[in-house]
Amino acid sequence: MSEAQTEKKDLGQAILKEIIPPPEEEAHKKSFWKSISIPALAILTGLLIGALMIAATSSTVWAAFGESIWRGFGTAFKEIGTAYQALFTGALGDPVRIVRALGSGDAKEIRSALNPFLESLVQSTPYIFTGLAVAVGFRSGLFNIGVEGQLFIGAAAATYVGYSITGLPAFIHMPLALLAGALGGAFWAFIPGYLKAKTGGHEVINTIMMNWIAFRLTEWLLSGPMSRPGSGGMPLSPLIQKSAEIPQFFQAPIRFHLGFIIALAVAWLIHWLLFKTTWGLNLRTVGTNPRAAKYAGLSTTKSIITAMLISGALAGTAGAVQILAVNRSMALGLSSGYGFDSIALALIGNNTPLGVILASLLFGTLRNGATRMMVVSAIPIDIVDVIQAIILMFVAAPAIIRAIYHLKKPKKEETTIFVSGWGGK
Amino acid sequence: MAPILELRGITKQFPGVLANDHIDLALHKGEILALLGENGAGKSTLMNILYGLYQPDEGEILINGETVKINSPTDAINQGIGMVHQHFMLIPVFTVTENVMLGDESVKAGGFLDRPKAAQRIQEISSSYKLEVNPNDYVRDLPVGVQQRVEIIKLLYRNAEILIFDEPTAVLTPQEADELFNIMRSLVAQGKSIIFITHKLREVLAIANRVVVIRRGKVVGETTPEAADKNSLAAMMVGREVNLVVKKKETTPGDVVCSIQDLVVADKFGNVVVDDISLDIRAGEILGVAGVQGNGQTELVEAITGLTKIASGKITLLGQDISKATPRQITELGSAHVPEDRQADGLVLPFPVAENLVLCSYHLPPFSKGVILQYDTILKNAEKLIQDFDIRTPSPLTSVGSLSGGNQQKVIIARELSRPIQFLVASQPTRGLDVGSIEYIHKRIEQKREEGCAVLLVSPELDEIMELSDRIAVMYRGKISAVVPNKGISKKYIGLLMAGVVPEEPMQVSEETEIEATL
Repeated sequence: MSEAQTEKKDLGQAILKEIIPPPEEEAHKKSFWKSISIPALAILTGLLIGALMIAATSSTVWAAFGESIWRGFGTAFKEIGTAYQALFTGALGDPVRIVRALGSGDAKEIRSALNPFLESLVQSTPYIFTGLAVAVGFRSGLFNIGVEGQLFIGAAAATYVGYSITGLPAFIHMPLALLAGALGGAFWAFIPGYLKAKTGGHEVINTIMMNWIAFRLTEWLLSGPMSRPGSGGMPLSPLIQKSAEIPQFFQAPIRFHLGFIIALAVAWLIHWLLFKTTWGLNLRTVGTNPRAAKYAGLSTTKSIITAMLISGALAGTAGAVQILAVNRSMALGLSSGYGFDSIALALIGNNTPLGVILASLLFGTLRNGATRMMVVSAIPIDIVDVIQAIILMFVAAPAIIRAIYHLKKPKKEETTIFVSGWGGK
Repeated sequence: MAPILELRGITKQFPGVLANDHIDLALHKGEILALLGENGAGKSTLMNILYGLYQPDEGEILINGETVKINSPTDAINQGIGMVHQHFMLIPVFTVTENVMLGDESVKAGGFLDRPKAAQRIQEISSSYKLEVNPNDYVRDLPVGVQQRVEIIKLLYRNAEILIFDEPTAVLTPQEADELFNIMRSLVAQGKSIIFITHKLREVLAIANRVVVIRRGKVVGETTPEAADKNSLAAMMVGREVNLVVKKKETTPGDVVCSIQDLVVADKFGNVVVDDISLDIRAGEILGVAGVQGNGQTELVEAITGLTKIASGKITLLGQDISKATPRQITELGSAHVPEDRQADGLVLPFPVAENLVLCSYHLPPFSKGVILQYDTILKNAEKLIQDFDIRTPSPLTSVGSLSGGNQQKVIIARELSRPIQFLVASQPTRGLDVGSIEYIHKRIEQKREEGCAVLLVSPELDEIMELSDRIAVMYRGKISAVVPNKGISKKYIGLLMAGVVPEEPMQVSEETEIEATL
């Protein structure tokens, strides 16, 4: 009878329970292939279904089918072949050209042959930061849907510091602008975090609302106080100072920049924080079982606020890096929905930093290749969105993949979806 | 005559576990057959097969000598098999009549419910089997024992001939349990047949006609209460000799370690749930708090361990006022807490055993240096405790959630008792565990007492309280109704106090009746 005091469950918790896999354990006995078989097959299946869609949406293919079935199939295969070849070369480079460039030994030629690959890394960089932001939230029991808004605020802060301060040396100005971005994002996430910790206001709702405030606020800033003189009312900021720029390694058009290296370093830092420090164990304990955390003497309030601050700082850094390394000024088209894609990324990456990096590389590569695919074969970039969505669906619901490919059911502990982080943790 | 129910060669395989291994079982008309076994022995699987929830891989079920196939609980009910679940399947806001007729409604012309007709049948059943209940009462207003009667009436209403009772006494006071046994006797006297699932030896000896013991999915023995005793049954169940009575060394209680004065705790709705309690717990003694679940014990424990705010009063631990202290401050003073709900409060199930073993101390050296966790030390600590406390786990990195209940509890016991403590709060430390684990945990608690630790033991299991405690406090509706030394006290006396009755009979018993009481 007294067990009537059942745990108060809300939607957010239920979702978190669904999506946070039991961590840690899987790494140490499972073979590498087993752990990547599901994501690999999910990617393959996504590409196959994407192929069907390419064929089905092409008017040339329909016309060919009108003539004869065989011609229809022939054209369909050709279309798919062209599209995926463009996707591949656009994302990773043309192998023939790379081999020839390496053979010729001409440094400039090598760089430009490798540019598609380097550009994929550039595209992956914001995904890594935002994916980490969501993963830190998930690990701490928080569903931060406000990454997109935090990214915008972080970008705005970095932009402001980037263009308004003059006369600083680069080794001070650039980190300062980056820091401003992180603080901006952290501040934006602190508000819903504080509300959650002190009043129980649900972070899902509050972060979504904060997104809208962030969008409109940056729009106003860019067309008002932060607008570029002579932009004619277009929401656009001035160019940042040279001293605030994150350096690109090669000459234009190669955009590969230091931000990618920073992203990897930050991922390592987050891994260290989550899995090697008492702070991380605090966060994860509160995130996994708040009642046990209370029993063990931890403060859930502190943990929630800390987690949101870290998550927001990562999101803000994503925006800052995009501005300082790539765009060099801020416009509203800053993000192609990084903050929302990052939820998917964190899931595919099993909420571990290494997983997030791998998932980000996949997304960045697909996105980069898609641009070329669109140019070469006139296939809408939306097809790539479809492929991404299908991959994600299959990764999140491994039972479907197992059913399609007749894989054995995993043992109870093995139901996780991806490799976990470094060093068997 | 063929047995009313016969199971032949029932086998059920789960991934990695042979839950039932060629089980043969016969139930004769008009008998009470006790099915005894540890948790995980396969009792529940077997009964779920009988009730149509699982399909056996092999074997057959015969009713009155004829093979039947049971694919669902509906089939089971149609075959005259009914089950009283451990957790009642009743709707609190419905009346007894409505609950009983649910799913088998009497209907008037036009599809309207015919409550009076159903109520009349309930009355008939109730009087013929001595199941006193008022059909028009709301279930939420009924005590647990009466709710259980409603469950039984539900089965009889559907003409069940074979009744399965799954751990029916877990939620009852001793008096209610005795009443239940009377009801069971009257049921079999009128021709019903009963399978009684339990791991409580005393109950088996008190009520069963025949006992079948299951261990690791196999029937390992059959006996009668006349031919068996507690020790022989326990040995059959566990597969080795079990020492049921903890040998208690004489200790002299020392100084007061924890003192509770005029403690009042309110729940979140403002109801007073701990009502003006004062208790002293001394070094080297176990103070047992007896009481039916839900009488404020949970809140009392939460107040002492800092998990809940107190409304008024004062709690002192080792000379320090801890009325407003946080759980961590209280822990660091030298107190340990074995929580009532091990999975919700005591463990982080997805985390590895090693991390769970330092849940309360990882922020301290040697498990961390500054903010950096020392996984080497944490793992070494885990290996040592796994050895010392006989925790059965594949590795220290296995997630605690994949261990059995008994081993999960051992993880908590190991974590809490391995620290240098002077005060232990153990809340239902053996809930849901099997005899082997209970024996082990009792020994460990007793050992702490001998070391001079003050122990507050809270349990609704009167046997556990009477076995371990030096003094017994009985809690009823938030108040301590009595504190008595545990010497020659009668179980009935405590039972009455637990039910809120002030006993008229003497609390001491002669030696002869006491032996009966403990059996």
